[in-house]
Amino acid sequence: MSEKKKLSILIRGIIQENPVLILVLGTCPTLATSTSVISALSMGFAATFVLVCSNAVISALRNIIPDTVRIPCYIVIIASFVTAMQMLLQAYLPEIYDMLGVYLALIVVNCIILGRAEMFARKNPVGDSILDGLGMGIGFLVALLIMAIIREVLGAGSFAGIAIPFLENYKIPILTQAPGGYLVFGIVIAAMNKLTAKRGGVKRKSFSCEGCAMAEGCSKESCSVADRKESADV
Amino acid sequence: MYKELILILMGGVLVNNYVLQQFLGICPFLGVSKKIDQASGMGIAVTFVMLFATAATWPIYTYLLVPLNIAYLQTIVFILVIATLVQFVEIILKRFIPSLFKALGVYLPLITTNCAVLGVTLNNITDGYNFIEAMISSLGVGLGFLLAMVLFAGVRSKMSANAPTKAFQGLPVTLIAASIVAMSFYGFSGIVENLLA
Repeated sequence: MSEKKKLSILIRGIIQENPVLILVLGTCPTLATSTSVISALSMGFAATFVLVCSNAVISALRNIIPDTVRIPCYIVIIASFVTAMQMLLQAYLPEIYDMLGVYLALIVVNCIILGRAEMFARKNPVGDSILDGLGMGIGFLVALLIMAIIREVLGAGSFAGIAIPFLENYKIPILTQAPGGYLVFGIVIAAMNKLTAKRGGVKRKSFSCEGCAMAEGCSKESCSVADRKESADV
Repeated sequence: MYKELILILMGGVLVNNYVLQQFLGICPFLGVSKKIDQASGMGIAVTFVMLFATAATWPIYTYLLVPLNIAYLQTIVFILVIATLVQFVEIILKRFIPSLFKALGVYLPLITTNCAVLGVTLNNITDGYNFIEAMISSLGVGLGFLLAMVLFAGVRSKMSANAPTKAFQGLPVTLIAASIVAMSFYGFSGIVENLLA
């Protein structure tokens, strides 16, 4: 495959198919860990690590894993990497382990990772899958960082824990709390819509199959029933 | 004793509401909250699965993983138990209570990857609850999820009558509505501590 195509796999995850801002996957960790720049960076790197490793292994095993039990297999592979990462962080960076808390373990059910396994890694060779994982991971990191910068600078008057002279006295604490998370996320996505409106707009899938990341490759009858029901409602 | 259990229950429903305060289970919250009946169906299904999941994972952790010194495997074990359990509940409902399966069946496969379910089982362990407390906490969290879903579905049905500017249509305005609903839950934060004082 040409160099150019490889590069496009990497870049695509960062901009055109940004997992958070365009595909709207992994909303839970995005909202929960974007309260400060440090926690956003840690979450972004942790998820990227798991995403690259799991994409590589799933892609390497793509001809061995039987189709019917692939989702449980993917979950086991992902959970193994998450556990390994939890242990590494607990040993070497305990502050970050404590800061991310339960959200670290919840990387297992992060829709981005399972979604990429299902949509990309199981159909593509190892090298491309690693690039895809890296691109998507960086895309996740960038989106988290955008949210975190807005929330920390305006909400806590600091950047990565360092106080900003003027803003410090005029902070809006609610931005670092739950309602602020929803608000900032809504505004960032609206800004994204506005920016891309000139170029034909974002082709964002509606919450097909009720917001399930695996809808694209899912063949479950109940899933397609839900999908049909949803589209019939609209 | 009862006081503590009531505190855990109310804490799960109102104060530490998983969806609105802790950002767990956002996907179904945004995805299945268009209509009140769908929202309540999903909420009930999640509550059921949370109770079953806690009933299964708490004993496994306490009587199997801890004695064998493999507590570090809890993430892998819990997610597998939940995935199996969801399949199991699906089969049983299909076979014995088809009417309930018809109502909830659509939502069951989606629950496997619902982070609120894994989150509540992990949090029950971290918080050091005993079995009864863990079950009550799961019930509270499940009911809190149901409450948030139904409330939000109500808000969204009112919202659909008004058209926001183009950039805000769809997801952004939904998120901003969620922000306001979350803000309203701050009103409860002092209540529970003083409820039984």
